[in-house]
Amino acid sequence: MSAHSLALLKASGISKRFGGVHALSDVGFTINHGEIYGLIGPNGAGKTSLFNVLTGIYASDGGEFVFDGLPLNGLKPNQVADRGIARTFQNIRLFANLSALENVMIGRHVRTRANVFGAIFRDAKTRAEEKAIEKRAYELLEYVGVHKRANSLAKHLAYGDQRRLEIARALATEPKLLALDEPAAGMNATETESLKLLLKDVRRDGTTILLIEHDMKLVMSVCDRVLVLDYGKKIAEGSAGDVQKDPRVIAAYLGGEVSLNLRGAA
Amino acid sequence: MHALLDLKQNPRTAWIGLALIGVALVVLPFALAAVGTAWVRITNLAILFVLLSLGLNIVVGFAGLLDLGYIAFYAVGAYTYALLASPHFNLHLPFWIVLPIGAAVACFFGALLGAPTLKLRGDYLAIVTLGFGEIVRIFMNNLSQPVNITNGPQGITLIDPFRIGSFSFAERETIAGLDFTGPVKYYYFLIVVLLAVIVINLRLQNSRIGRAWEAIREDEIAARAMGINTRNMKLLAFAMGASFGGVSGGIFAATQGFISPESFVLVESIMVLSMVVLGGMGNIWGVILGAVLLSFVPEVLRYTVAPAQQALFGRLLIEPEVIRMLLFGLALVLMMLFRPAGILPSALRKRELESRK
Repeated sequence: MSAHSLALLKASGISKRFGGVHALSDVGFTINHGEIYGLIGPNGAGKTSLFNVLTGIYASDGGEFVFDGLPLNGLKPNQVADRGIARTFQNIRLFANLSALENVMIGRHVRTRANVFGAIFRDAKTRAEEKAIEKRAYELLEYVGVHKRANSLAKHLAYGDQRRLEIARALATEPKLLALDEPAAGMNATETESLKLLLKDVRRDGTTILLIEHDMKLVMSVCDRVLVLDYGKKIAEGSAGDVQKDPRVIAAYLGGEVSLNLRGAA
Repeated sequence: MHALLDLKQNPRTAWIGLALIGVALVVLPFALAAVGTAWVRITNLAILFVLLSLGLNIVVGFAGLLDLGYIAFYAVGAYTYALLASPHFNLHLPFWIVLPIGAAVACFFGALLGAPTLKLRGDYLAIVTLGFGEIVRIFMNNLSQPVNITNGPQGITLIDPFRIGSFSFAERETIAGLDFTGPVKYYYFLIVVLLAVIVINLRLQNSRIGRAWEAIREDEIAARAMGINTRNMKLLAFAMGASFGGVSGGIFAATQGFISPESFVLVESIMVLSMVVLGGMGNIWGVILGAVLLSFVPEVLRYTVAPAQQALFGRLLIEPEVIRMLLFGLALVLMMLFRPAGILPSALRKRELESRK
């Protein structure tokens, strides 16, 4: 395979400022097809900002993303989703008052075509499409294991199920890259373990994953490569094992000189 | 009501139920006419308000965009009809041409209101739409100079009734021994329009478009991240809602024969919004119920409150109009306390309760 076909997403020089705060400065990385790519860093390191720039929620102040051979710059979030990047949110953003099934059906929006006239006249094509949407949505619920609560409102699902439902909704958009923002946050050990299996299934079925996560055990066990951010800068990139041993990463997580000084002061 | 009328679950009771409702709707105007023709007119006005509420329900109930100037589209539809079918410009186009034009013009105004408000939500959107409603009304009031377009506060009179060939909706005639007055004819026309609008609403709700609106209502950022073009979908909601308002306005102009800016004041917008909220935002049957209640109860009061007071106290202590607003406020307060989602909350919540049993 050539280098071009290997890389799904290539980021270079990504910068984002909020006033005087450099949330991201000159971040560059490459995610290959079929990888599970981890994105870690202490709180406030810029991980979610990077997600928001990638998915078009924020406009970047510099740099560019090339996704699947084409640049992403200037696209709106819905156009980014259309190009094949689906995401979940750190603070779950389901459609709380809609059923689990409907949440996933909404995910099919971007891959279906029925317009107002189709909706009003319900021609054969629209009916067939509608049937296919429901079928696919139910399959995805089964895939993530929430199908037993298909008709429950999203807000009434257990926390772990909500996280899984969000993944199902994202998968419904048929993404090439699935971007997950702390999917294991708030999960217990059993739930995290089954999430791990789900992520491996998703990858096996052909979707590349970009994963923000604080649960190091999960990151170390599923990620092929990991990018470490600190204060908006890339401080390390490599295999999970290598990154773990990197002194800069250890300093970022356990505290470097600054916190040693503080300890001395106290 | 849903279970009883579900054609798939128990087709027999459903068909019988639908047939009974059908018969009741056909017989209703004659029963009302027996009491007084005024009641047929009141019913027609109530159906117009149901149409308006269903239109506003698309914007407020489905897409979650608070619109306090909805009556402006009713006004646009009414004035379009009045200008194209009255002696004012000496134009007398037939109603089947003017009503679609009215819908299209209102649709255009809907998009016009939608475009600059795309980034607004909640109270900010409410303020802008409120202003829009007032702007339209003030224009109607003042567009009599330098060129007389709307005839200002005097309004437009002698508006054409609906006419198909020699069959006029305004004339009284006897068919098969039954007395068809003008209001009775309009009643049947309105029922047909109403059924069409209900079907359109139900189908829109359970479609890809309806789900996209619900997604925007629930969480706009998540909706965009799922690939929904929120700009187009919001414009679509405004435009669809507005065109329903436009059609209703055209029918209103024809049934009344006279319109003036006074019919399109802010209170009317608030009234329609209250119908939507009281009945159950987002649930079509709830919205219909809310509109029927808020249209009829005041009329019933008008005919009962004054005689009741005369009988009890020998004189009129409180004007019917005052009692009407009192009860109206009380109803909304009680609703917010006991049934915040409306009299008939949207079906989703009901479904949720069933799945928990």
